[in-house]
Amino acid sequence: MNTAATATITYALPKRRHPVVQFMVQQPLGAGGLVVIILMMIASIFARHVVPYDPLQLDYGAMLAGPSWEHWLGTDAFGRDIFSRIIYGARTALLVGFLASFVGSTLGAVIGVISAYFGGRIDMLLQRFMDILLAFPIIVLAMAVVSVLGRFLVGGLDLNLVIAIAVPMVPKVARVVRASALAVREMPYIDAARAAGYSDSRIMFRHIVPNVTAPYLIMFTAYVAQAILLEASLSFLGLGVTEPTAAWGLMLSGSSAEFYREAPWMIIFPGLAISLAVFAFNLFGDSLRDWLDPKIKL
Amino acid sequence: MLRYIVNRLLLMIPTLIGVAILVFILLRMMPGDIVELKLLAEGGGVDAATLEAERARLGLDKSLWGQFVDWMTGLATLDFGVSMWTGRPVIEEISSRLELSMQVALMATFLAIIIAIPLGTLSALFKDTWIDHVIRVFAIAGLAVPSFWLGMVIILLLLLNFNWIPPLTYTPIYEDPWRNLSQLIWPAMAVGYRYSAVATRMMRSTILEVLQEDYIRTARAKGVLERLVIARHALRNAMLPVITVIGLEFAFLIGGLVVTEQVFNLNGLGKLFVETVTRGDFTMVQALVMLIAGFFIIINFIVDLLYAVFDPRVRYR
Repeated sequence: MNTAATATITYALPKRRHPVVQFMVQQPLGAGGLVVIILMMIASIFARHVVPYDPLQLDYGAMLAGPSWEHWLGTDAFGRDIFSRIIYGARTALLVGFLASFVGSTLGAVIGVISAYFGGRIDMLLQRFMDILLAFPIIVLAMAVVSVLGRFLVGGLDLNLVIAIAVPMVPKVARVVRASALAVREMPYIDAARAAGYSDSRIMFRHIVPNVTAPYLIMFTAYVAQAILLEASLSFLGLGVTEPTAAWGLMLSGSSAEFYREAPWMIIFPGLAISLAVFAFNLFGDSLRDWLDPKIKL
Repeated sequence: MLRYIVNRLLLMIPTLIGVAILVFILLRMMPGDIVELKLLAEGGGVDAATLEAERARLGLDKSLWGQFVDWMTGLATLDFGVSMWTGRPVIEEISSRLELSMQVALMATFLAIIIAIPLGTLSALFKDTWIDHVIRVFAIAGLAVPSFWLGMVIILLLLLNFNWIPPLTYTPIYEDPWRNLSQLIWPAMAVGYRYSAVATRMMRSTILEVLQEDYIRTARAKGVLERLVIARHALRNAMLPVITVIGLEFAFLIGGLVVTEQVFNLNGLGKLFVETVTRGDFTMVQALVMLIAGFFIIINFIVDLLYAVFDPRVRYR
């Protein structure tokens, strides 16, 4: 009998970090953007507890007051605390931004996948229609949709504004997802699925869609940024959110334009808020793209 | 090559027609009756007969199909009709404002080009150094800052530091170049910043790609001076996608102008567009959107053409 000691063999597996941690280490800029986004989200969810004043509360005794200990970022022409309005504005911006981008990107992705999968006439028709939508500058299209649909408030949120912002995104996402889906369609496993007799919708949703998640996510995050910017522009023009809701674009129009000499803080801070939010989303979106697929051409 | 051009032209036409149809549908769906807006604005009591007469005058009493036929035939003959609000021909209203918007757009493009090309190149050549980081932050900030807010900040800074605001009335450049430029440089900067940011990023990524190409390695192996490698080989090949992006973004400028003109109180196409949309002036909005969309499509076409001219590989698709 062999009594030689049998050593147990241990394999040293490489330590696998959680993907989120990996992302934060490899893409510090994007991680920074993500941190800002999460902070914004927390601030908007817990807005009621974070703000010192009610954003709608008028205070005629403290109109156009500069930044001070009582009002960190000053007050506007009606005496409303700007800091509170900016926090609530973040809530509006994020809500509209996420919703619009989600609706637009998802619809665009669905159209892209359908277009790529069926090919032929359906593809041509859908692409023609997307081309037509792409022929309009984004803000022109959004303005047209807003004018047509009017206002449709649900719990304080204007759904038609969300749709108006989502519409210009659809053709672009459709185009990118379609390109990706076309590549996926040529893969052997799609043939195998077809040979196995899977229905079209099953193939589309269970095989193609999961493989186009990368471009979808990238476009989604990039378009939240664009949605926030678009919402600010529309509100500034008076076609978006209306008074007295706190929204960054709205804070830049109206009385702020009149009083910019006496009270420059009324325009500086909302604009900085918009820029910071869009900046964070852009950084995060860029890093996401670099990390997921550096070769992707958008 | 000819086949490519004809192909592209043929693709353009159905798109244009589709745009015209979509514009018409969208416009007719808009709530608000312009006749009522116009005549009842003062709160005056206008009787129904006058309203009907006004409707007939504006051609609104015809059936939807009749209006559509009017619109399409008008388009074919480039007759955009008459503004429902002011009664003047649409072409007149547009042409008086076209000059201003075009000038701002061209100035913004010029600024974008002279900023983006050197900065993008530097950023690529000195990748991952502080130069690259600063330029990249500059570019990403350009995408984030709303152009209308930037315009407001510019006016504010001018006011607070120099106690001066740009002239409020427009003088054409051939009448008084100094005054004209001193008014329009600021909106051009506000709109141009974002434009240059996009172009800078494109330039950077294109040069980075080009530098990986084999012909760069060959040139270096041949012993060509590095600065000539960059100037003669890298830059030239990188220009094409950048020109494409600049061309495409030019059409997006119009979108930026729409909001920025409000801030600077410029009487251009953007401001006109906002006013007519809020008023529901169908003919005007139709004509403007058609003009803008048509412009877009034509620029896309020209860019496609330029691409085919410079890159023969594209012609055989």
